[in-house]
Amino acid sequence: MAFIETINLCQRYGEQDILDNINLSIERGEVFALIGPTGAGKTTLLRLIDLLDEPTSGKIYFDGTDTAESPAVRLALRRRMAFVLQKPVVFNLSVYDNVASALKWRGMRGQSLQEKVNKIIDVVGMSDYSSRNARHLSGGEIQRVAIARALAIEPEVLLMDEPTANLDPLSAGRIEELISNIIRKYTTTIIMATHDLPQGQRLADRVGVLMNGELLQSGSARDVFNSPRSKEVAEFVGVENIIEGVIASSEENIVTIASKGRSIEAISDYAVGEEVCACIRPEDVILSLSRVSSSARNSFEGEISWLVSMGPLTRVELQCGFPLVAMVTRRSAEEMGLAKGKKIFAAFKATGVHVIRRN
Amino acid sequence: MVELWNGLMRAVELIVTFDPEVMEIAGRSLRISVTSAILASLICVPLASLIHFHQFRGKRFLINLIQTFYSVPTVVIGLFVFVFISRAGPLGWLGLLFSPPAIVIGQMLLIMPILLGLTISALRGVDRSIIDTARSLGASGLQTAIVILREARFAVMAAVIMGFGRAISEVGISLMVGGNIRGFTRVITTAISLETSKGDLELSIALGIILISIALIINIILNRVQQR
Repeated sequence: MAFIETINLCQRYGEQDILDNINLSIERGEVFALIGPTGAGKTTLLRLIDLLDEPTSGKIYFDGTDTAESPAVRLALRRRMAFVLQKPVVFNLSVYDNVASALKWRGMRGQSLQEKVNKIIDVVGMSDYSSRNARHLSGGEIQRVAIARALAIEPEVLLMDEPTANLDPLSAGRIEELISNIIRKYTTTIIMATHDLPQGQRLADRVGVLMNGELLQSGSARDVFNSPRSKEVAEFVGVENIIEGVIASSEENIVTIASKGRSIEAISDYAVGEEVCACIRPEDVILSLSRVSSSARNSFEGEISWLVSMGPLTRVELQCGFPLVAMVTRRSAEEMGLAKGKKIFAAFKATGVHVIRRN
Repeated sequence: MVELWNGLMRAVELIVTFDPEVMEIAGRSLRISVTSAILASLICVPLASLIHFHQFRGKRFLINLIQTFYSVPTVVIGLFVFVFISRAGPLGWLGLLFSPPAIVIGQMLLIMPILLGLTISALRGVDRSIIDTARSLGASGLQTAIVILREARFAVMAAVIMGFGRAISEVGISLMVGGNIRGFTRVITTAISLETSKGDLELSIALGIILISIALIINIILNRVQQR
């Protein structure tokens, strides 16, 4: 059994299903990011894992113990975790007393308490603010105090809900750096919720995509981002080209997908007649002014319908029977003289197409 | 007008010279009302927490009832306490009638609804996420309750000060169950009432000034506390 395991976990408020059959396993020492849009149920799941709320149905096992055993067991298990809320609140006390409070609840006093608190305050870079009332700090500073307060108890599991969501970019960057230092320095198991995909990718060993209360996919960040298992996940992880079609032919796992009179070749083991989506990452699409013969199995003629410059890159939208987005460097776009209405050829490899079944 | 002016001058003289009678009455008033406020707080703050932290049937009704008693007339409390502690009453054997403890009991009953109601409001004013934060950091039920009380400490303190203000300014209870006995149960308010009816305005005004000064000090403290 994994360190934390949820089995068929459901949470219902009134008529609404907030979480539906969540089965999640998290190993000790793992950094797991729960990603999903706002309102997906991330906070609800974190609250259940932290044993703040009780699920409508289903089980949570923490280190092999059934967390529903008794209130005393729940308190004992909760004391092995710490949770940094999305909008952290600080007690109306000094920074020092805020950080010390959870240790005092565990009976720590005297010199050892003082040393520990001061050390943790130093880790989060708040030593100069130690005696200040925490209520008078800025958002980023409050977040630091909240993280210090959680770290002080040396939790086996650190839960963080959108740790950078309410911060300006500068503070958010600092907090993310702090988290990544914590990951390197401590062996704590971390479960964090974020709607910021790149953040999940940067920090986590594994990500889980939670949408509408369902855990749609979990795995390494690379897997989830490159091989989304459903259209919803593909859309959420930023796959811009999701082309609906039907498998028209299949030969040795090379399939032809018919979509709006065009055929797309891809690698897949879906059977003929299956309704699928072809997902193509914009950076995998190659643009050329004339049809070139290459190993790319898919080549379409199209017309540029929109062009946006995004720093060093240019996002090109073209219409080639179906809409297709390509990402090229700004220099390429300039050299090729790309402009709205221009006829152009787009190519991508069959291996660059990720095929998923439509629901 | 001349009489009032003379009264005022004489009153100031009584105060600045620390007139023994004025000081004695003012001192007793303070002692009795501070005692009432402290004893009532010791009962009401835990009781209010108990009401706030537990869900039970009729909770809302109970809170409404408590709030209704904010404005209970002092003479009604006086009458109620009188009935209980008079010689023929159920607590007559204690011999409390016309003694300082009788006033303390009456004042406690008077201010308990205010203390309860305002403490419950103070606790209710604490952000829900404070409770989550405390629990998530491993606080037990009792530790969480202490965190919330600590967060609400300034509002709770304001409730206690309000209660004290109401206690020291009441006259009905002190008169009915204290008996206004000179040197024993005479407090500022009962003394003012008696001296005015006797025509001794100077002493009344001096005591009145002291009472208003106490009210002023209470208000200043209250404002300071509420600003934190």
